[in-house]
Amino acid sequence: MQVCVSVCVGEENWVDSRTIYIGHKEPPPGTEAFIQQRFPDNRIYTFWNFVPKNMFEQFRRVANFYFLIIFLVQLIIDTPTSPITSGLPLFFVITVTSIKQGYEDWLRHKADNSVNHCPVHVVQHGKVVRKQSRKLRVGDVVFMKENETFPCDLILLSTSRDDGTCFVTTASLDGESSHKTHYAVQDTKAYNTEEEVDSIQATIECEQPQPDLYKFVGRINIYMDNEPVARPLGAENLLLRGATLKNTEYIYAVAIYTGMETKMALNYQSKTQKRSAVEKSMNAYLVVYLCILISKALINTLLKYVWQADSNRDEPWYNNRTDTEKQRHIVIRAFTDFLAFMVLFNYIIPVSMYVTVEMQKFLGSYFIMWDDDMFDEELGERAVVNTSDLNEELGQVEYVFTDKTGTLTENNMEFIECCVDGHIYVADAICNGQVMPGATSMDMIDSSPGPGAREHEELFFRALCLCHTVQVKEEETVDGIKHGIHQGKSTSFYISSSPDEVALVEGMKRLGFTYLRLRDGHMEILNREDEIERFELLEVLTFDSVRRRMSVIVRSSTGELYLFCKGADSSIFPRVISGKVDEVRARVEHNAVEGLRTLCVAYRPLSPEQYTEVCHMLNGAKLALHDRDKRLAEAYDAIEKDLILLGATAVEDRLQEKAADTIESLHKAGMKVWVLTGDKMETAAATCYASKLFHRNTQILELTTKRTEEQSLHDVLFDLSRTVLRQHGGMARDSFSGLSGDCTDFGLIIDGATLSAVMRPAQEDSNSGNYKDIFLEICRNCSAVLCCRMAPLQKAQIVKLIKASEEHPITLAIGDGANDVSMILEAHVGIGIMGKEGRQAVRNSDYAIPKFKHLKKMLLVHGHYYYIRISELVQYFFYKNVCFIFPQFLYQFFCGFSQQPLFDTAYLTLYNISFTSLPILLYSLIEQHINVDILKKDPSLYRDIAKNSLLRWPIFIYWTLLGVYDAIVMFFGAYFLFDNTTFTSNGQMFGNWTFGTLVFTVLVFTLALDTHYWTWINHFVIWGSLVFFVVFSLLWGGIIWPFLNYQRMYYVFMQMLSSGPAWLSIILLITASLLPDVLKKVICRALWPTTTECIQQMYAGFGYVPTLFDSADKLYEGHLSEFTPLASLHAPSKAGGHRRGSCNQGNPRRSEPFRKKTMFTRWQKQPDYNTFTPLLRFADGHSKHAYNGGAGPETSV
Amino acid sequence: MVKEEKEIANRPDNTAFTQQRLPAWQPMLSAGIVIPGFVLIGLAFIGIGVALFVTSRSITVLEIDYTGVEKDSPCYKCSDADVKNCVCNLVFSIDSLFEGPVFFYYGLSNYFQNYRKYAASKDDDQLSGDLDAFTAPSDSCSPYDYNSNDKPIVPCGAIANSMFNDTFKLYRVVNGAKKLVPLDGKGIAWWTDYNVKYRNPSVTPLKNAFNNTVKPIFWPKPAYQLDASDPANNGFINQDFLVWMRRAALPDFRKLYRRITEGDYAKGLPAGNYSLTIAYNYPVLSFDGTKKVVFSNVSWMGGKNEFLGIAYLVVGSLCVLMSIVMLIVYAKFKFPEED
Repeated sequence: MQVCVSVCVGEENWVDSRTIYIGHKEPPPGTEAFIQQRFPDNRIYTFWNFVPKNMFEQFRRVANFYFLIIFLVQLIIDTPTSPITSGLPLFFVITVTSIKQGYEDWLRHKADNSVNHCPVHVVQHGKVVRKQSRKLRVGDVVFMKENETFPCDLILLSTSRDDGTCFVTTASLDGESSHKTHYAVQDTKAYNTEEEVDSIQATIECEQPQPDLYKFVGRINIYMDNEPVARPLGAENLLLRGATLKNTEYIYAVAIYTGMETKMALNYQSKTQKRSAVEKSMNAYLVVYLCILISKALINTLLKYVWQADSNRDEPWYNNRTDTEKQRHIVIRAFTDFLAFMVLFNYIIPVSMYVTVEMQKFLGSYFIMWDDDMFDEELGERAVVNTSDLNEELGQVEYVFTDKTGTLTENNMEFIECCVDGHIYVADAICNGQVMPGATSMDMIDSSPGPGAREHEELFFRALCLCHTVQVKEEETVDGIKHGIHQGKSTSFYISSSPDEVALVEGMKRLGFTYLRLRDGHMEILNREDEIERFELLEVLTFDSVRRRMSVIVRSSTGELYLFCKGADSSIFPRVISGKVDEVRARVEHNAVEGLRTLCVAYRPLSPEQYTEVCHMLNGAKLALHDRDKRLAEAYDAIEKDLILLGATAVEDRLQEKAADTIESLHKAGMKVWVLTGDKMETAAATCYASKLFHRNTQILELTTKRTEEQSLHDVLFDLSRTVLRQHGGMARDSFSGLSGDCTDFGLIIDGATLSAVMRPAQEDSNSGNYKDIFLEICRNCSAVLCCRMAPLQKAQIVKLIKASEEHPITLAIGDGANDVSMILEAHVGIGIMGKEGRQAVRNSDYAIPKFKHLKKMLLVHGHYYYIRISELVQYFFYKNVCFIFPQFLYQFFCGFSQQPLFDTAYLTLYNISFTSLPILLYSLIEQHINVDILKKDPSLYRDIAKNSLLRWPIFIYWTLLGVYDAIVMFFGAYFLFDNTTFTSNGQMFGNWTFGTLVFTVLVFTLALDTHYWTWINHFVIWGSLVFFVVFSLLWGGIIWPFLNYQRMYYVFMQMLSSGPAWLSIILLITASLLPDVLKKVICRALWPTTTECIQQMYAGFGYVPTLFDSADKLYEGHLSEFTPLASLHAPSKAGGHRRGSCNQGNPRRSEPFRKKTMFTRWQKQPDYNTFTPLLRFADGHSKHAYNGGAGPETSV
Repeated sequence: MVKEEKEIANRPDNTAFTQQRLPAWQPMLSAGIVIPGFVLIGLAFIGIGVALFVTSRSITVLEIDYTGVEKDSPCYKCSDADVKNCVCNLVFSIDSLFEGPVFFYYGLSNYFQNYRKYAASKDDDQLSGDLDAFTAPSDSCSPYDYNSNDKPIVPCGAIANSMFNDTFKLYRVVNGAKKLVPLDGKGIAWWTDYNVKYRNPSVTPLKNAFNNTVKPIFWPKPAYQLDASDPANNGFINQDFLVWMRRAALPDFRKLYRRITEGDYAKGLPAGNYSLTIAYNYPVLSFDGTKKVVFSNVSWMGGKNEFLGIAYLVVGSLCVLMSIVMLIVYAKFKFPEED
């Protein structure tokens, strides 16, 4: 059982690696020196380390730490209040928080826990032994059977399948339920019995654990005949903890990362905590209150010593000090007094605020999950809340960064056409993978291509059949993406992580070439003559978003070697040396303008020598442990060159349902929507028009490579900013907040290359450092921005740039794919769409919704509510504690600054916990100042709460002053009522505690909340709290409590309630303290009404009339669907009624003259920025040509 | 089919609560409600205020300071701390019938019964008759827990020690003859205090419970001899003691001394001359305090307190005023959107 790590390993000097002995067998005496190191065992979660860890985490919070200090001070020195008063709330807070965290932790680790204890089969001395999962050690050889979940990260040694592959689903890791293929190490794949596996003598060198799930580099050294063989290990050899073995009988694998070092465990930790703006304001307020507290204590200490200068006051005969007190030094006395005052006033910092806020967030987030409107029938999914900390941030969003594919669009790809050397092939009558009966399978526009063209055509089809990573699944399963292809009796599906590929392969099938399967390293396709062609798959140069292309190298049955490459036009065209580039490019651009996703296909015949060279390059790169990615990229770059262009494909990605409506609402709500996409500019722009991001009257500014080629970046930027500023200079500055659409909107289009030029750090020679500022200035004045050709990291960069700009706006990023993860993590709020590209975005997001359209309700309704609720909660908390503590402060002036508390210990303790916390908590859970439907109908209401408007300093000060006013009214009210008078008709006098109780009772009654939404729960809780207060007081004062060593409250409350003036003064004081607030509200409502208030006013008269809204709804929809080139197709098919089944009858796809006209008119306004014109003319010329073959007349629009 | 089941399982509950559609009452502070509301509240308050004010006016209060700071004060001779067992006489007259029942208070000013240390300086166990606490008083009583001979003080603590010990005798002067006015010392403390909260130890005679303890330093008599006339009014349930033990909230306070309810005086103090004989024991000049006696009657709303009535009047008129202001505001800046 020895496990070692190598410290210095041969030629590559990387320290961060580990060496694993498979089966703990030492290699033959080698040259390397080893230092033993214990790896953690395979245990993730233990119960008993939760408590100290959680305590530590909690006391790192300033507020908790503060109360701990107060508590300790109370324990140590003689203070006015008992330690219980702060100890109990603190205990309560800590307990509630740990319960919440513990619950979340428990959920998170439940799976792990079951993994910890589940039995694992380990090969030891040639036998399979059962072990508990947590006893697994690095280096153990594990035997897994089908449907078992991997207990730790493993390297696959061999499988039951001859080809050394196994299938795995990572559903619990990233939600992708598709089967992924993993490969055993080539040299060990034959060892598939216990004895054989046990005989393997090998070491694995690999990097130390890293959180990236999709990256792994390592190397296995196999000492078979004492001749070490080194083989590369990559992510394809690595089986991750949490994944499940499928479709494979058994495997042998060796553990390399265990316990907390598994990639899954590392991913739990690496997520950074996001803090909402509200929390930041809260902390700022807390600091203010801390200052107030300290100054209060200081003032009182100071005054105490001034006042005590007279020794008769300091020590009157009736109140002598003890001897020890007399001997104490004055400085120590003063310091103790200061601390005592601090303790006395410490309740001004609302101890329970954090816990209430936390509970509010936690419980409140259920409303998102419960929301039926955000449930998607199709996916069977509802909204998911990953972090409840950001609920209110949803109401503060100013910038929305959205991905295009899969977010705005459905990511439900349909193959539309392909173009080979300028000849266009349309496969029509296809809808969602269903072949419409009776339709011809193929339309060839140019009926007679020459023989050369025919050869190209076939090559093109084959290229598309071969150049992909699609898997064929032979049986029907519930999960995964289903695309039925009818092939004999059995039904097969194409499964891929990229829907484009599925669409292309299916498109090819319709054009006569069917991809059958990958068998024994050979890809089989069924050609038009129903013959099976076999190609040996030699290499796959996988897709990545930087290269934006992928390639395969295959050997045909005749022995010819081909490299097929498909990718974005921008990454293919520069690498093409021959082919009909112009025709293809024209077609690609035309399709892009139509909003289609285009891919170019090229090939390169390889000679055997070239192939050997390629293999050498690839293997060299793959074997590298260090910088493998970089070297691979270099190798790919060297291989994918000198291509011959074959053609291009076009795939349509439909707009998501109500995407345009959502975007328009977001615009009206004052949010700026940016589309960040990796797509081509033209495609993206078309989508933007369709989704109403750009309007007819949007003036498009362009900041693209095309323009920067003509002018320098400097000039373009200045040009644009001048245009923008001229426009805005003419208008009043605030007209920007008016409803959009009245004035000229600007839309900006920028591409990745230009962006990186703009973002490039300042060079010494120029003033390029200013570019960022100018760019930001332009962006700020544009209501919509489209960023195309973006790499994932650039998306995050953009978000970061906006986040860091001077207004520090709140950003929201929404996306569905792995490429959006970086921006989702970067933005203040990250939202994942449960799309087709796996669950990585969802996993990394703060909230996940099934469809883009749900964003509207998420922000406009939930966000709005949460913000209103929590801001009121926060303000109210500070207010009520000012109310509570300020009388104590005032009282010090009347008790000789002796720190005499005004309220009894029990009230001090329970005020925050129970008397006042429930009503406000409930308020903050279910308050609705405006009806849900109105919020949805009128997005501009969102502007009312923009920029943290309810937590600005003036409002905070208002609340604080209100608190001080109420405190003064209550204190002096009670003071004057008490002053030298008798309260009861029997002439008895009240004492100290009665006074406090009176003040307190008034306080509790004054919780005359701002509730606008009185449900029975509110009634119950508010009146219930009051009743509780009364009942508690009656009990507290009505019984001699045996455990108390004082009975000072005995009968105080009853005595008070039995006197008439006490009741009268309670009524009076409550009224007096409420007056200014009511007056302020009424006057403000009359003089400076906010939109919210106007709306409230409007609907107050006649209440909620459903029919009214329904008709408004219809109006609204009608208004919406006026100009949506692409959306008009999908606008809830008013005529047809069945929106999905009826999609492609006829050819309603595009070529709407109306749309072109509008596009032209739009651009003619600003010819300066019209770069589309030539393009369009081109497209126009071709369109007739292109659509002649369309099955039906152009019926749309 | 499986998918549908999954859908149903995952579908959120469609209840009014989960969908945030609970029926609710949505009140609003609009002009239509607030202005009439304010007027109503204002008028009601003014009404109450007038009633309170009138009631308060009808209450008679007679306050006489007897600290003896001024030289012409009859108690001037007693203000010197060195004079022991000083007795002084206050003479005053009442013009018309002082309607009964008349309450007789003593008042102290600049006296901080609400000092924190002072307030805590007592032993509740002792006061509820726990004999263990007699021999070992609580620390909180320090420095009034043991005397210089280390004998425990009962009742211990600063509050008990500083119990007010001036005594008063009221005479009505009729034709030069002094006629003692009977004073009722029963029920001047809270009922719960002398029946429940404070207890004498169940030892008879009471004196035995106080063996091996000493009286508070300042006291002339031990606790079991506080009231010679009524054996039941001794120890910790002595009502004067209880009145003192219920600490005042503010530095200027008065405490009920006696009630005048008996015999000829059941209807009140008739007009005429009175003489108050004061056994002047309690020193207040050292801390600039004053002492006074107060005669007062009460109404249904307690003692004389014009503040409550005035406050009601002020708040009531403010309400009315505000409603007028709001009316003007509405008239001038009527909701432009209100259509």
